[in-house]
Amino acid sequence: MDRCKCNSDLSSPKHCNIERLRDIKDPEHPYSLEELKVITEDAIEVDDVQSYVRVTFTPTVEHCSMATIIGLCLRVKLLRSLPSRYKVDIRVAPGSHASEASVNKQLNDKERVAAALENPNLVDMVDECLAPSYG
Amino acid sequence: MELYEGGCELKLLETLAGHSDRVWSLAWNPATVAAGTPLVFASCSGDKTVRIWENTPSHSASWTCKAVLEDTHTRTVRSCAWSPSGKLLATASFDATTAIWENVGGDYECVSTLEGHENEVKSVSWNASGTLLATCGRDKSVWIWEVQPGNEFECVSVLQGHTQDVKMVQWHPSTDVLFSCSYDNTIKVWAGDDDDWQCVQTLGEPNSGHSSTVWALSFNAGGDKMVTCSDDLTLKIWETDNIQMHSGDGYAPWRHLCTLTGYHDRSIFSVHWSSEDIIASGAADDAIRFFVENRDGLVDGPTYKLLLKKEKAHDMDINSIQWSPGEKRLLASASDDGTIKIWELASLCMENGH
Repeated sequence: MDRCKCNSDLSSPKHCNIERLRDIKDPEHPYSLEELKVITEDAIEVDDVQSYVRVTFTPTVEHCSMATIIGLCLRVKLLRSLPSRYKVDIRVAPGSHASEASVNKQLNDKERVAAALENPNLVDMVDECLAPSYG
Repeated sequence: MELYEGGCELKLLETLAGHSDRVWSLAWNPATVAAGTPLVFASCSGDKTVRIWENTPSHSASWTCKAVLEDTHTRTVRSCAWSPSGKLLATASFDATTAIWENVGGDYECVSTLEGHENEVKSVSWNASGTLLATCGRDKSVWIWEVQPGNEFECVSVLQGHTQDVKMVQWHPSTDVLFSCSYDNTIKVWAGDDDDWQCVQTLGEPNSGHSSTVWALSFNAGGDKMVTCSDDLTLKIWETDNIQMHSGDGYAPWRHLCTLTGYHDRSIFSVHWSSEDIIASGAADDAIRFFVENRDGLVDGPTYKLLLKKEKAHDMDINSIQWSPGEKRLLASASDDGTIKIWELASLCMENGH
């Protein structure tokens, strides 16, 4: 049986680490992505057979400059949680962002993501958003 | 030996581990075949190092890592290329530099560092005579460097034109015409001499070009055809007029020949055209595919067909696939899984009674 890195059963439809995407903190506001309705339950599509995940998120405002940071946080969280065979696509909800195509393209360009994750400032920001919040 | 669909297989000869991060690219040393010395290739990685691998057929593990080039690049090494003489290796890095290494009695020394790009350098290529080097990167520019005596490199041109990140540069196999492909979905052709270089053609959507990032390009041996691969899930074949190209003008326009669509379902990162006209592709679905010209059709102009698909060739995305120089149908693939695999494309022998 497939196990996620958190040891929960991957074949269960709403398993914990994917659920925890919702706990990621928004980079600009002191709330989680779920509280801001940036990411919802339906927004995460998992195909265990094909080893494929697609996440659709809705930035807080149409011109949200943090869209690429949020997307990067989602990708890093999944990278750290899922077995390496998973293919991940991240996108903004259709119609939710002024530069939808351009944001989606950046978020799914593996080379651009790899270079971004070598930038210490960006990594700090991502780690900040992914850190568990207490209280 | 003729290869036909269903009549060949891809045999895994060896899996090479060593890099501690994804392997982005690999390059075969072109000089070893003529010299009769063992095959050598270089690989480069997110672990900031370059590894040199050599074939030693007398041992049971026939490929060994002869050198690790480290403590030079401070970020991912994205691409590497040998000079035509095989004596120098250029390595392009996200640290915005290109390093030039020389093999000095088995040890590799960094003899020069090319600076100038504003950010990540993504590709490097030598021209056929080894007199020019080209680099490109996320700063949208393509740089041409002249090789001078004493391992000195002088930048002779900084080419602007692409509107986005440039993913790969590749010199034409027999003329000093440079090709680049980009996140802006186009392929650009650059021609000139000394310090006067211009973009002479752009292959974009109006010319039946790609509709998303173009990751790589590769020429056939004759240099009159080229294949490009893209995030749009297609391979495109382009052709030019060889006679016009080798005439005094030195440049002839390229036109779209055909598009291979429906074969890939995730980004195609690498493509390589073999000396026997077999096109190999490496993609983000972990598979290797081979295409050959379709001779059976009654269509105008050549079409291409799938010869073989090897699923799960690696456990993760394939970033680079390269045929070895020489006669055997050997190829190497590099992956996000941190390994390099050596393969042989072999005919299936069918004998009576077996």
